[in-house]
Amino acid sequence: MAITTAPTASTDRLTTIWETSPGLYGILASVDHKTIGKRYLVTAFVFFLLGGLEAAVMRWQLTRPDTHLLAPEVYNQLFTMHGVTMIFLFASPILSGFSNYLWPLMIGARDMAFPRVNALSYWTFLMSGIFLYSSVVIGQAPDGGWFAYVPMTEQAYSPGLNMDFYALGMIFLAISTTIGAINFVVTFFKLRAPGMSVNRVPIILWGTLSASIMIVFAAPALTASCILLYFDRRFGMHFFDAANGGHPLLWQHLFWMFGHPWVYIVVLPAIGLASDMIPTFARRPLAGYTFVALSTITTAILGFGVWVHHMFATGLPQLATTFFSAASMMITIPSGVAILAWIATLWYGRPVLKTPLLFMAGFIVLFVIGGLNGVMTAPVPFDWQLTDSYFIVAHIHYVLVGINVFPVFGAFYYWLPKMTGHMLSERLGRWVFALMFVGGNLAFFPMHIAGMLGMPRRIYTYQAGLGWDTVNLITTVGAYVFAVGVGLFLVDFFRSLRHGPLAGNNPWDGSTLEWSVSSPPPSYNFAVLPTVRSRYPLWEDRLGEAPRGGGAAVPVLDDGRETFGTSALDSDPEEVLRMPDDSLWPVLVSLALLILFYGLLLSLWWMAIVGVTGVMVLMVGWFWPSRIPTRETALSPREP
Amino acid sequence: MAATALLDRLPVDRADARSPGRWGMVLLITTEASFFAYLLFSYFYLASMARGAWPPTGVPALQLALPNTVILIVSSGTMWWGEVGIRNGNQGRLRLGLLVTLVLGLTFLTIQGVEYSRKTFTPASSAYGSLFFTITGFHGAHVFAGLLMNVVIQVRAWLGHFTARRHLAVSNIALYWHFVDVVWIVVFASLYLTPRLG
Repeated sequence: MAITTAPTASTDRLTTIWETSPGLYGILASVDHKTIGKRYLVTAFVFFLLGGLEAAVMRWQLTRPDTHLLAPEVYNQLFTMHGVTMIFLFASPILSGFSNYLWPLMIGARDMAFPRVNALSYWTFLMSGIFLYSSVVIGQAPDGGWFAYVPMTEQAYSPGLNMDFYALGMIFLAISTTIGAINFVVTFFKLRAPGMSVNRVPIILWGTLSASIMIVFAAPALTASCILLYFDRRFGMHFFDAANGGHPLLWQHLFWMFGHPWVYIVVLPAIGLASDMIPTFARRPLAGYTFVALSTITTAILGFGVWVHHMFATGLPQLATTFFSAASMMITIPSGVAILAWIATLWYGRPVLKTPLLFMAGFIVLFVIGGLNGVMTAPVPFDWQLTDSYFIVAHIHYVLVGINVFPVFGAFYYWLPKMTGHMLSERLGRWVFALMFVGGNLAFFPMHIAGMLGMPRRIYTYQAGLGWDTVNLITTVGAYVFAVGVGLFLVDFFRSLRHGPLAGNNPWDGSTLEWSVSSPPPSYNFAVLPTVRSRYPLWEDRLGEAPRGGGAAVPVLDDGRETFGTSALDSDPEEVLRMPDDSLWPVLVSLALLILFYGLLLSLWWMAIVGVTGVMVLMVGWFWPSRIPTRETALSPREP
Repeated sequence: MAATALLDRLPVDRADARSPGRWGMVLLITTEASFFAYLLFSYFYLASMARGAWPPTGVPALQLALPNTVILIVSSGTMWWGEVGIRNGNQGRLRLGLLVTLVLGLTFLTIQGVEYSRKTFTPASSAYGSLFFTITGFHGAHVFAGLLMNVVIQVRAWLGHFTARRHLAVSNIALYWHFVDVVWIVVFASLYLTPRLG
């Protein structure tokens, strides 16, 4: 067993040290990764429900031809907010939620590398979501589509505040995403438990690491493009204005340099979730661990070389489109590797068909369909036929629902018992899966046909007799079946909090470290930080990997908030890290940012200056050391 | 006992180039550098798409920009000089190094302000104007941020917060300052020198 329990660990003392303060102060000041992770999950899920509501209203309109319930302007806002919500406020933050909650538990640490930055990342996400949705309240929600193509979104053609909300909201959210990503990267390389070398980490760490590295390089493209858009709109600059030396395609290049990597950013952590759940239910280690880990890295690299396939129809030189066409086909290879690894794991294992595995099976099927209809549009001529049609809508939904929503729901069934301490219902879970799988396919498959029949995306209604009536009716029915599945999940969740059987430490007989602690885990995660000797610490006995000899005894770190800092690759202990206490700086900084962004939105420059000054002053307070090392040894009593 | 032995061996917050704080700063710089890369991509993209002469307002003069570049490079040197000072426990050298760097940085911003005031075009007059002011403006904002950090660190240096072994904040801010310097060299080469090549 990897978990050495030392008799010296005083859990009372650790609780005093690590527990978040009670009351309002604790709510605002908590830096506990478990609290932040749960907040991410709940907030992102609320946005998922809002985005779903927007979709439900749109499908109502499209059920039958010539429906005019919604005016075209309202419909534009709906599809834009649906896309923005699902892609930016749900798909990525929900994965951040899982990663935040699970990472320290999986790597045997007591928190993330930068707990206060983690809190800032959450608060900024929340504030940017509030900022974006305040546009709905005043009826001026973004209406230029989630990729906001110019010149349509320039001031001349979109004079309201709609696209200013979009541009500023995206910049705001990018701050949250970027600092969150930096936190993940540093946590991966510095906080893994002693002995957890990089070839022993659960795959979700590889997935989120790859995604986070992508964010570090890709998010600035979104920030840059949205800043330029805001400058064009507000200050009359000419970045995208062809009449004055600008170029509309500059927007498309910048946006997709960010946008295509983003697809993999919301997919790779989900691939990680799947790769960690499948072995538990296949009752064997993951087949091809190294290949799956490398495939996430390969995807992350190749993901930067395919953005032009969103722009095949813009008249770029043929040589360029050919190159990106080839790159787009090449990127299917690492995804294929992962899929084969999962199938092989199940093939050679003894699968136990519980709800999480059902979602994984659904995920693999949808991933294959979403991959196939994606690679169909990689060749340029085929893309020309189908671009901006419902075929593309079908593709993006298969990809995002298949590779993001299904693993996420599987992960809910798998990891929620760890977070709440209660199991969800296996019986209801099967219904949830069935409704979502059938509903999803019923909704999104006919969209392929609608696209082939020439139905363009984003139209608010259509005429009868074009052959689109039946497919649209089926799509709407499917969408509502899917929604019932999601509703049933909520019922199951709230029911489980009261009536769900207790989960115990390890309800699924999982192999990774989070299952070695109680459900829900104590505030300090591990009384004695574990030492890791294999890829599957809790399966060592039966895999015949039991350590020879006793192994090094690990000290209890209970002199204040402490965890190990380890070397980047081999995870040799290098230092004891002091972790910060609860802090109000993060929530205050995010409030100052909110003031800044409203100031920019409303051209109230004094307000913007108040916001910026606030951020700067607060940052000084944040970084001012609470313990001043007056003597050489003051901070390091244990140094030789 | 083995457990105590391990604890005795390990430093608390080693605060050197391997510590999380250093990693965080390196990643922050990476993402900032990417931001400038995308801005410069925009510059070269629009330059390559331009129908008339580029830059449309004539090649920008080096009169002020070249000396300004030298000032910023020198300020990187003074920052390094101060950091080496604290590495050897020399408080005075750190304080002086930071102070001179601050003065040079302020000089850079002032000269850039003078250059702005002499420009015959504005951000709103053409795409080139938009690019010129946005790229140099964002760089200027980064210089300003670096100076604010400098002030904070300076106050801490005068309070004697740093020692030969514990001065991670100094090293991080020095790294950021060198980054701002390198970005300027690239921006300068792109905006002032490349138009002279063709």
